[in-house]
Amino acid sequence: MGRTWPRKPLKSLMTTRIERPLSPHLQTYRWTLTMALSIIHRATGVALYFGTLLLAWWLIAAASGPGAYANVQAFTGSFIGRLIVFGYTWALLHHLLSGLRHLVWDLGYGFKASEREALSWGALIGGIALTLLVWIVAYTVGGGR
Amino acid sequence: MTAPKASMQKTSMRTPLGRVRNLGASHSGTSDFWRQRLTAVATALLIAPVVVIVLMLIGRNQAGAAQILGAPLIAIILILFIIASAWHMKIGMQVVIEDYIHNEKLKLASVMANNFFCVAVALASIYAILKLSSGV
Repeated sequence: MGRTWPRKPLKSLMTTRIERPLSPHLQTYRWTLTMALSIIHRATGVALYFGTLLLAWWLIAAASGPGAYANVQAFTGSFIGRLIVFGYTWALLHHLLSGLRHLVWDLGYGFKASEREALSWGALIGGIALTLLVWIVAYTVGGGR
Repeated sequence: MTAPKASMQKTSMRTPLGRVRNLGASHSGTSDFWRQRLTAVATALLIAPVVVIVLMLIGRNQAGAAQILGAPLIAIILILFIIASAWHMKIGMQVVIEDYIHNEKLKLASVMANNFFCVAVALASIYAILKLSSGV
């Protein structure tokens, strides 16, 4: 790490600052499931953020006309397009379940070791299962788009 | 307001000004925390109908898609979903920016760009749905 904690405060910036204790950096801790899901939650959130561009493009194309809409369909029908939409589906559903887990914690439940592990595994497996379910339905309904 | 006891002053890590403002490290209190949860519950409730709507559109051409997207109930559900999710992602991205960008000017620029992006995406999507709904 090359750094000692707590760090010495910079005297030049200190006027009325109180020296607060600093927590050790992430790298100090043993890797856990809840840590991994915390990072995945943030990563999927950021992915969904930029994924809204695809949603907006699709809606604008539908409002623009047949040519613009055909372009979107050509993209979502391509291998790369399908991969992105598949990834978007998983990011959305994982973020949903992982987020519901956070709401449970916000209400003060699920903090026991067994409970938080169960909630985290549930979000991870549930997200993948729901994604597959949606895509199976999509292929059944659309006949492979 | 009575002055805090000497014992409390020793243990508290807050500055006197911070204690008076009572807004915490975010400078804005807990309004974003509450709105993040409000919009989370809203999107969680709306996600099932939105997924069904998207599935309904698979394999249809523009005319078919436009007809479905312009139906009042579907348009309303989509607009609600867009507002809730755009608001949610605006707050979420701001948290990410504040966590990782420590240069004050760059942070302000990023927060501003984040606001512009979220408003633009939401407005463009809502405009498209309203255009489909009015059939123009």
